[in-house]
Amino acid sequence: MWVLAAVTAAALLVSTIVNRKKTWEAIKKGMRMLLSLAFPFLTVLIVVSLALMFLTPESIAGLLGGAGDGWAVAAAAVVGSVTLIPGFVAFPLCALLLQMGAAYSVAAVFLTTLMMVGVVTLPLEAKYFGWKTALLRNALSLAAAVVVGLGIGLAWSFV
Amino acid sequence: MKQFLKRNAAHIALALAFGVFILVSWLVPLPAGKEAAGRFAYFFLEFAMFVPLLFILVGLFDVWFPKAVIERHLGPGSGAKGIFWVTLLAMLQAGPLYGAFPMAGVLWKKGASPRNIFIYLGAFATLKVPMLAFESGFLGLKFTLLRTLFTVPLFIAVGFLMELIVGKRGFKVTPPGEGGETTECAKQA
Repeated sequence: MWVLAAVTAAALLVSTIVNRKKTWEAIKKGMRMLLSLAFPFLTVLIVVSLALMFLTPESIAGLLGGAGDGWAVAAAAVVGSVTLIPGFVAFPLCALLLQMGAAYSVAAVFLTTLMMVGVVTLPLEAKYFGWKTALLRNALSLAAAVVVGLGIGLAWSFV
Repeated sequence: MKQFLKRNAAHIALALAFGVFILVSWLVPLPAGKEAAGRFAYFFLEFAMFVPLLFILVGLFDVWFPKAVIERHLGPGSGAKGIFWVTLLAMLQAGPLYGAFPMAGVLWKKGASPRNIFIYLGAFATLKVPMLAFESGFLGLKFTLLRTLFTVPLFIAVGFLMELIVGKRGFKVTPPGEGGETTECAKQA
């Protein structure tokens, strides 16, 4: 967060020194994009806050903490796809999963789907790419995430 | 302004309903509802601090990087080098995946190939440097390296597949706030 603020401030400063008019244009462009997306963003935040009422970190850990069979991988893929959990919650949660005896493949599938697949953000993604492309990207990413997870599960004991 | 509100009517209705729900949870009181309100406040604060910065950076990128440069380095025919540059660009950023969509729109406008745009999204989702540092802290270097090793070829494959399936005819990325109608509304608002 602070790194981002520092980078933005530095970029703005340099840009202002070089060309004040262009910088102002950049800020206006950015704010215009932000304004047109503010309400869809707000909806995502509300939906996620409500969804986490039912999917608490504890219940997720309970759901995925079992043995690393096919069901746990499938459950990890579904939960990872539909939830939107920020990284600073997701990584400790994954560490907890592993401690509870979940397989590495399950943790990896959960993490990778969390990163690459976003069901709640689909409407937002469709605004940019159209529904067909957004759905396809998410479907392919889901498949990729499962491959990554299974690959890590297989490779873990060899490395 | 009126048109802006009209276009967002469904979102505004949901926000109002959520506001009523929170109010009720405080009055009843409903602990789960209060928790949801707390989470929302947290997300919103993060969003309010983080997303404007992100959009300013996208705006700066838009203004300072000429179309010719992007086209040459990330356009169709940029090959393996294009994949390298677009991955590097994504790795140096931060934030949730939905923060990458506006940048994808700008990249498209500047002539990046569909393949590289989807590789950008994949790399942004899985390979951001700040996130990798955090990951190795919690899950260990071995896990992070293995995950990276498996993820890179797969998101590149997703990029190739996406280009093959949707990238040829009529593919476009519309950055909201860029199109004529949207811009008009944004100005009025």
